[in-house]
Amino acid sequence: MQTHRKFEDTMQFGIFTVGDVTIDPTDGIAPTENERIKAILTIAQKVEEVGLDVFAMGEHHNPPFIPSSPTTMLGYLAAKTDRIILSTSTTLVTTNDPVKIAEDYAMLQHVSDGRMDLMMGRGNTGPVYPWFGKDIRDGIPLAIENYALLQRLWHEDVVDWEGKFRTPLQGFTSTPRPLDGVPPFVWHGSIRSPEIAEQAAFYGDGFFANNIFWPKEHYMQLIGYYRQRFEHYGHGSADQAIVGLGGQAFMRTNSQDAINEFRPYFDNAPVYGHGPSLEDFTEQTPLTVGSPQQVIDRYASMRDHFGDYQRQLFLVDHAGLPLKVVLEQLDILGEEVVPVLRKELAKNRPAQVPDAPTHQSLLEAARAAKPAEAAKVAN
Amino acid sequence: MQKRRISVVSAGLSQPSSTRLLADRLTDATVRRLTESGVEVEVELVELRDVAKDVTNNLLTGFPSPRLSSVIEAVSTADGLIAVTPIFTTSYSGLFKSFIDVLDPQALGDLPVLIGATGGTERHSLALDYAMRPLFNYLHAVVVPTAVYAASGDWGAAENGSSSSLPDRIERAAGELAMLVEGSERSSLVRDPFALPAGFSPVGGFGAQ
Repeated sequence: MQTHRKFEDTMQFGIFTVGDVTIDPTDGIAPTENERIKAILTIAQKVEEVGLDVFAMGEHHNPPFIPSSPTTMLGYLAAKTDRIILSTSTTLVTTNDPVKIAEDYAMLQHVSDGRMDLMMGRGNTGPVYPWFGKDIRDGIPLAIENYALLQRLWHEDVVDWEGKFRTPLQGFTSTPRPLDGVPPFVWHGSIRSPEIAEQAAFYGDGFFANNIFWPKEHYMQLIGYYRQRFEHYGHGSADQAIVGLGGQAFMRTNSQDAINEFRPYFDNAPVYGHGPSLEDFTEQTPLTVGSPQQVIDRYASMRDHFGDYQRQLFLVDHAGLPLKVVLEQLDILGEEVVPVLRKELAKNRPAQVPDAPTHQSLLEAARAAKPAEAAKVAN
Repeated sequence: MQKRRISVVSAGLSQPSSTRLLADRLTDATVRRLTESGVEVEVELVELRDVAKDVTNNLLTGFPSPRLSSVIEAVSTADGLIAVTPIFTTSYSGLFKSFIDVLDPQALGDLPVLIGATGGTERHSLALDYAMRPLFNYLHAVVVPTAVYAASGDWGAAENGSSSSLPDRIERAAGELAMLVEGSERSSLVRDPFALPAGFSPVGGFGAQ
């Protein structure tokens, strides 16, 4: 049992990007693909510079999104950074070959010295499935079967396997083998499917609720279900389940400045633009537009709704916001918001609630489990 | 005494609206039938005009406002639905369809539904049977055989003793709906939003273990 828990170990804070190329509604100009790709790489390095912990990026195979090749970008970032965890939001477990996921992310694990994990998602764009030879109606069965294979490829050196969705494997070894024999930590992201919460709970993996586009009540139910099932499958008590949350904020020193500056981006945003007012949307969803203190207050209260959790990611770079503004937002997050949230969320955190998972913590857990296994064999 | 809950959805746009008038007549007739059979009835009426912006916002954002959410909940968990729309350009109104589009496609399963429509002339009455009825069939609701169409002229037509006058059609349809509502247990069902499909396994089926 840890007695001296450091704030920075308790929870991880970071950002997640969709990777959209969107017209800036204030000047009508969209960045080129090249500009946007470079901007995302700059943003990721800024995450480390301002003292956050995690950078995660989506995977998409259709315009206006650019991150079709996440491990290429994350591999570059592994070389450019020293400290942050590189992650995904999400990796398409449905349309990617699980063998390629196993290989690509084990490689990233070695290249980054274990500073990575990944989040599985299904993808909700119908045409992407047939472009990769799949059918969106098989989304859940694909996620279940492909992930089961991925687990085996990382845990077993030689795999014989047969399933419904890909060529059988006989005597296959996925290379490189996971770093230190410990597979990357996996989160599962889902907006509404209990099957995915069930899957995350079964494996004892993390569950991430995007939490940004819908009212929190919806995600509270889903996370409550995941926690219950985590306990059911014997991985620990419900409050020991590994939970991540998305969030969304836009900040300026004066809250009215934040509202005025963000409003055109909100009103024209691809996801919620031309719909509800900024005021209604901020009331109904976790989007917070205002002063850093307002963001602190809103996000310090999240655990009252979801329980103590391990990872908080913010969406800061969408809807055509210019790079300069995104970097300013990261400065505010890193200097004013996250240090306070770290302290607030560490207060009264029960001792049995696990810290956010890292390669180091997984390695220690694996080493601790080893003597026990050896003893079992000896008996 | 048995208790049943009926939702009434009126998609009329003007105030006062003949669509609302028809919805009220259908509701009164249905409630009277049920009360006569000893059933206590609670009625929740929504004019879609009042939540029109919320419906549009839901289409755009994917989630309902608190106000729309309570309307959706009421309709989804009712023992019976009286759905009345004006006929615009050969079909139900766009607002009516938009409301249907924000419902979960499973939400109306087994729901007894009385469909009604209003229009300027009798010539559009078949819209109930070629547009409205298939819509609810697709959603696995149970639509009563008699659909009630009221053209402007119907409001001034005498009850002529034939079986085709508006009051007579309202009575017939209300009787059909009341019978199904009486037998419905939808409003007392406990729904599990996390029910997994039968046979679901978190590690998959064929060969995946």
